[in-house]
This record gives sequence, C-alpha cells and structure tokens, in this order.
Amino acid sequence: MTASALPVPRLHIVTGKGGTGKTSVAAALALALAGPGRRVLLAEVEGRQGIAPLFGTASLGYEERHLAAGAGGGEVFGQSVGADEALLDYLTMFYRLGSAGRALQKFGAIDFATTIAPGLRDILLTGKLKEAVSRTESGRMAYDAVVLDAPPTGRVVKFLNVTVESGRLAKTGPIGKHSRSVARLLHSSQMAVHLVTTPAAMPVQETVDAHRELMAADLPVGRIILNKVTGAKPAEITPDELEAGLASAGLVPDAALVAGLMSEYESARAEIRAVDAYRDRLEQLGRRVEELPLIPEGVDLSGLYQLARELTPRLGGQDAH
Amino acid sequence: MRTELDIDALLGDEGKHVIACCGSGGVGKTTTAAALALRAAEAHGRRTVVLTIDPARRLAQSLGMEALDNTPRPVAGVRDGSLDAMMLDMKRTFDEVVASHTSKDRAAEIFANPFYQAVSSTFSGTQEYMAMEKLGQLRATGRWDLIVLDTPPSRSALDFLDAPARLARFLDGRIIRLLSASTPGARRSMLSLMGASAAVFTRVFNKVLGGHLLTDVAEFTASLEDTFGGFRKRAEATFRALQDDQTSFLVIAAPEPAAVGEAVYFTRRLTEEHMPLDGMILNRLTPVDADLSAERALGAAAQLEEADPADPVAAVLRTHADLARRRTAEERVAARYEAACPKVPQRWLPSLGVEVVDLEDLRAFGAAAVGTQTRPDQT
Repeated sequence: MTASALPVPRLHIVTGKGGTGKTSVAAALALALAGPGRRVLLAEVEGRQGIAPLFGTASLGYEERHLAAGAGGGEVFGQSVGADEALLDYLTMFYRLGSAGRALQKFGAIDFATTIAPGLRDILLTGKLKEAVSRTESGRMAYDAVVLDAPPTGRVVKFLNVTVESGRLAKTGPIGKHSRSVARLLHSSQMAVHLVTTPAAMPVQETVDAHRELMAADLPVGRIILNKVTGAKPAEITPDELEAGLASAGLVPDAALVAGLMSEYESARAEIRAVDAYRDRLEQLGRRVEELPLIPEGVDLSGLYQLARELTPRLGGQDAH
Repeated sequence: MRTELDIDALLGDEGKHVIACCGSGGVGKTTTAAALALRAAEAHGRRTVVLTIDPARRLAQSLGMEALDNTPRPVAGVRDGSLDAMMLDMKRTFDEVVASHTSKDRAAEIFANPFYQAVSSTFSGTQEYMAMEKLGQLRATGRWDLIVLDTPPSRSALDFLDAPARLARFLDGRIIRLLSASTPGARRSMLSLMGASAAVFTRVFNKVLGGHLLTDVAEFTASLEDTFGGFRKRAEATFRALQDDQTSFLVIAAPEPAAVGEAVYFTRRLTEEHMPLDGMILNRLTPVDADLSAERALGAAAQLEEADPADPVAAVLRTHADLARRRTAEERVAARYEAACPKVPQRWLPSLGVEVVDLEDLRAFGAAAVGTQTRPDQT
C-alpha cells in the first residue's frame, strides 16, 4: 500500500435488519479481510453470542481469542464486548482502580453507571473498538482490520452517534473527552458502515432509511450487501413441456407434481424479478451493491468460507466515501 | 410428532384477554400479532386491540394507517367485529405516568430535568416497562375483549421480562436512594449508613462522568421520591398480571439457529416464571409445493442436461431441489425446538411468498395460521 492510496476503512461496522444475516456477513467479511499475514478482529456487542455458533466454538468473552484461519491465510480473532467489563477496563486503565473497581462492581455501581447514562454504554462499547483499532503490539498494529457485528439498523445510528449523547450527559470529565476521540474515528474515512439486506420489501426499506439516517449523522457508509439471493435460471416453459420433460427423465408426471413444480418455478421467477427491482432501488443510493447467494443448507463455517470467497475479490478499491 | 397449536381455539377463548407475542427480531412478530388480532375480530367477533411497539411502523403499514399515536384507533376495512390498533409512544406514556401522579408544577420540573429526558427516551428497559404500563391501562378500561401485544424489538427476547423489573429496581434502588440522600434537604442518615462506599462511588463517578450528571440524577430521583415511591411495586403488579390465566404467551420464531435458540431460551424462562405459554409459531418456512425429493429432482435434472445443458425442465427441477434442500435444512433447525420443549404446541407456517402489507394479506396470513388454507389466493 502506497501513501497515495485511498484510505481504507479499518473499522467495518456491519448492520442490517433482524433476519437478514448480518452476523454471517460480518463473519464472512472478517474471513475475507484476513489475507496473507493479516490479523482481523471480529467483535460483537450486547452479549448476543451470535458469532460463536457460526464458528462452532464456545461462547466468546471479553478476552480476544483466536477463532479461525482467514480465507486468505491470515488469522481471525473473536471478542464479545460487554459495557460493564469495558467500564471496569476503562477505570483500571485510567484510574488504576484495582480492588476499588471490583468493590464498585459488587455494590452495583458499574451496572448503575452503564444504565443511567444510555450514551455511556455505547461510548464504552465503541471506545473499546477504537482501542482495538489503534492498539499496537511490538511495533505493528495489533489488528489490520476490526469488523463489528453491530446492533440492527433500527438502533445503529444511535449506537454510533456517541457525540450527541455524550454532549448531553457528560460535558466534562474524561468520558466526555474520550467520547469525542471515539467520535472522531467514527466520522473518519477509517470507518465504514456496511448495510446488509435481503431482497424483500421491509429489509430494503429499512436499508434505505438507515442510509439516510447515517448520511444525516455524517457517518460514512461503505457497501450495501444484498444477501440470500437465490439463483434460478429464467426459462420459459409450459405445463405440457414440463410433463413431457419429466416423463423423459424417468419421473411420473402426475398432475399434482406438474402443478406444484410450475407454481414453485413461477414464484422463483417472480422472486428474480423482485430481486432486480430491489437491486435497482438500492443502487439509487449511489453505493456499491454486493450480492451474496443464499446457502440452502444454512450458514455454518464452510458456508462462511464460501461467502468469504465471494467477497474477497471485491474488497480491492474501497469506496473513498 | 409435535402437538399442533390450535390458534382458532385460542383466539376464540372468552377467558383469554391478553395474547403476548414474543420472539427475537426479524421473525415476523408484528405481522403475526396483527394477523391474529384481525382474525380474532373478524372470525370470532371479539372486540380486539393490537398494541405494537415497533419504531419501524410496520404495523402502521400493514394496517393501512398513516399514523398510529398513543391512543387506540379503529382500523378501517375490518369486515366483522371491531379492531383497534395503537403504536406505543414510550416518551408520551412515561409523561402520562408522571403527570397522573404529581402536581402540575412538579411534573414540569421533572420533565425539564435532562436525566428524565434521557431515561424516558433512551433508557434500555423504558420501552418494555412502558409497554407493560400501557397494557395495564388498556386492560383497566374494559373496552376490549382481547388485547394482542407485540413485544418490543429487544436485543434479546428476555429483555421483555427483565427490563421492567430492572427499571423499577433502578429507580427504586439503593444507589438512587444514596444519591437522593446526598441532595440538599434530604435525609442525611442514608449517607452515613452507606459510608465509605458512597464516598468512593461519588468521587469516582463525578470524576468519570463529569459533575453535572450525578446532580441531575439526584434531583430527578429526589423529585420522584414523593411522587412515585412504589415504582417497583407498580412493575411487579403488571408482571404478576401477566401470570394469570387470562393471559396467553405465544413464542414466535423463524427457522434459523439464532431465532430457534432464542425461542427455546424464552420458553424456558416463561416456564420458570410461571407465565402461561400456549404455543410456538414458526414463521417463514420455505414453501414447497411439489412432492419430490431433492435427490430425485437433481438426478433427473442431470440426466436431462446430458442431452441439453439448457433444458428448461432441468431448470425447473433444480429450482425445486434448491427449495426442498432449504426446507429440509429449516426443518432440521426447527426440530431443535421440539427436542428442547416437547410439551409446547407448535404451528409451522410456510411463508406466503408475498409481503404482508394490507388487510387482505393479514387475512390470508390468519387463514393460513389456523390451517383453513395453506397458501394465499393467488389473485
């Protein structure tokens, strides 16, 4: 990478409506980014534990841990960031609060502090991500990229827009200062929010809405990922032709089978037309729309590598904005 | 063999006054709640109201209503019976609770407090608590035979059970008391009771959060002290109301590992809390119309493609094989629920293949849900 190259986002925030497969896409993206010699951190917040089952591994904790080999020879690490632990971590780091920190936790004060100030929770979580993005280890960056399986589209702007909350709740003090430095990262070209959707009306609508909200909040949008696209070949066929074809292939073409297959094929073709319409709508947002196939068997580790291989060739030449 | 959930029997049960639909995000919870409410009104003649909490206003779209406010409004186009719908405005509900429990001046003081603004609009748990509050209010009017509740789109389905208690515990808890004690004019004894911990707490948090936040919180809680008092009691009462047998919980899921896992976890919690769980509805199964195994379809397709790689019949067979494989994978995932919760009646619903956007779609969804037809009219 030369100095004149466009800044490549190092923090990838992956969001989407529930059910669109944002966790799978985030995991596949992490695998795809882990090229030769690269280290990538895949993180989740809110204790959802969505990552571990995909990789077939035990629940993730606050400690970063090796998850899998990257699709290109690098390494992927996983972490589940909790606000309570992040606050303790933060207090320990800045105030050397060893045992006092634990006393506070026992007293319920940590829980109290992270719940009274809703912004605080998000500042701590995003702050931990910033720390991972900027950490150095023996003279090099600890991670080449950090991928976050973020809260769903409906909440992501509030989650990322820490300046607003912190301005209201913590004008002074280190949290206020800290949140401003996190905000600088989140509003820079070092970061990109990727929106995951499926070809269906509500997820596409939420994507369009989220895109508008992100733009309004001055948060950089990266790619739009159209996930779970089914691949059926469009072909014209009549019931009679189908019946004859089935017979020639050695199947018994009774009326129910022919009608069932015709109806399925009609739906599949309607779905293809719908996908085209949704793709057009998404392309109007002016971002690159990447398609990922639906994996009929459901997504497991092999499926993640398959999705990662789909993504890898498209990662070059990141959009500048 | 799983026990089939009889949805019509549940909707027509005169003894049931609340049906709460719970589940993780993206499983069709809002659509299911609206469809069940419509069916209860039209097929069972029950005066029904559906209460949704979804900020995406999906139910508003489904019911063809442009704006849902914090009061139930009649839904136009309902054939028989009556259906009202409302969307919860969390902030307004909180304001109403405050206003109804205190003097006008005191309420104005509370509303102006920055911490109140934060709690009433963004506190995680406020939405769930206010949903409980609104449910209690709607129930108390006696205007409806049945209230169908679409639970908040929480980060986990469990928040719905835990958050009201957490908010109540928080507003009524010892730290709040401690803080109220440190405001001018309040009882000093509290502070001395807590002694050293209080000092550590206040020092650290003033330092970390900046001084004014704790002052806001302290003022807020001091003004709440004499107005609410029993915040916790109130939350507990609503929670208990959900345990009576006039309430029915339905767990909604989709055939994906995370959603099914969440459904299992939620079922266990409901059982532990003695909540009346009546069944599980599995949405979004891939519809398969032809009775032919994926293997045979693929074999036949391969045979046809040997003669003509672009054979359209092969394309049709491959489309079917994909659907059949998807369905098999989904059923394997869904079977985890039965293994974990064998006693809970279930209803599996293939997706309609169309977006549910209007009353007609909701009607078709309801009809499919009770099994009078497996696919919607393809008109």
